[in-house]
Amino acid sequence: MDKVIAKEAVGALFKDGQTVMIGGFANHGNPKRLIDVLVESGARGLTVISNDSGDPDYTTGRLVRSGQATRWICSHVGMNPEMGKAVAEGRIDLELNPQGTLAERIRSGGAGVGGVLLRTGLGTVIEEGKRKIEVDGVEYLLETPLRADIALVHARKADGCGNLVYRGTSRNFNPLVAMAGRIVVVEAEEIVPIGSLDPDEIHTPGIFVHMILAND
Amino acid sequence: MSDTKETIARIVARFFKPGDVVNLGIGLPTLVANYIEDGVRLHTENGLIGYGQTPPAGQEDDDFTGAGAQYISVLPGAASFDSGTSFAIVRGGHLAATVLGALEVDELGNLANWSLPGKLVGMGGAMDLVTGAKRVVVVTEHCNKKGEPKILERCTLPLTGARVVTNIVTELCVLDVTADGLVVHAMAKGLSREELQAKTAARLIFPGSIEEIAETA
Repeated sequence: MDKVIAKEAVGALFKDGQTVMIGGFANHGNPKRLIDVLVESGARGLTVISNDSGDPDYTTGRLVRSGQATRWICSHVGMNPEMGKAVAEGRIDLELNPQGTLAERIRSGGAGVGGVLLRTGLGTVIEEGKRKIEVDGVEYLLETPLRADIALVHARKADGCGNLVYRGTSRNFNPLVAMAGRIVVVEAEEIVPIGSLDPDEIHTPGIFVHMILAND
Repeated sequence: MSDTKETIARIVARFFKPGDVVNLGIGLPTLVANYIEDGVRLHTENGLIGYGQTPPAGQEDDDFTGAGAQYISVLPGAASFDSGTSFAIVRGGHLAATVLGALEVDELGNLANWSLPGKLVGMGGAMDLVTGAKRVVVVTEHCNKKGEPKILERCTLPLTGARVVTNIVTELCVLDVTADGLVVHAMAKGLSREELQAKTAARLIFPGSIEEIAETA
């Protein structure tokens, strides 16, 4: 039942053209070591789904600098001018989503929901090309689910079953991302023995998690 | 200049009463935190209700930060949660208010604050906040750096939300956005109606009784 694996085995997961979803928010709660492994893998033509594009060459921003990402779905890129340049030069195709819409699309992907009806973005550029559905006289936009080939998650604690506990605002998108990957890989600050976590304190049940990066 | 911003922050802080949960945007709205009553609690969209002042040096914790990546302190009664729950709180109408800055705001209550020509930023949580919060308070200096009005008949920049703003607070006035248009609720002491209208590119409605900002604050 032990899901802990070595860095080399994680690196072998990454292939050109994959969609990779990454937890974290504005450089906090990002799986930085897993991002390092992704950069070292050299996989290219990636679609990245994350809240933001980090700072230049930091956290998710490493995948802008490395040139590995060619498509990006997120809510905010203002901290990383390299992203603006990559988009202007046509190296990255950027799709901006309202943050709560992004969260709900990821949740839908992981939860087997075919989409969600949201009012966010009505009357703005966000509604362009989207179906509008009226329910009881209220208009909504249909937002479609997001999934990924590989999801990268940061947790405070993991046990060998993949049960996860997060801490404070470093939780952010991680529990959602942890549900939406065909392969879900976790890095944890601490890997604890199976049985040491109280079932009631677990934020993400281990069923969603496939692999845990070994701590050195 | 900073006095102007502090004045705006003081006025807005008085909108809220103990028990209210409020989300403050980055920049000018952040200053409102310095003047809110005890018992008004603050929501940050990256996943926490109940944060306080910047922690003292040496007590910063990377697991407790705000939406602008700044360190926050955690008050008794605080709760942390994931981004999905955070925006359920936002969209579900559970926030008493959100306070945001503006590039442009107009008489229909349209707000543009996320997209400037030639600069790629992204909307973050702003579109969700203006759609879901019970009250959407826009705080802004009355005119931009060139002295041009920021309160317009119609926004020209990409919208954050359509017909969402409930109040506009500047150093010169407090406006209520109504079905009839922008109603002047309060004005700075010594300012004439003509002067205020001249600095505003939308028609203002002046009711019989208008408070003075000095009193309001």
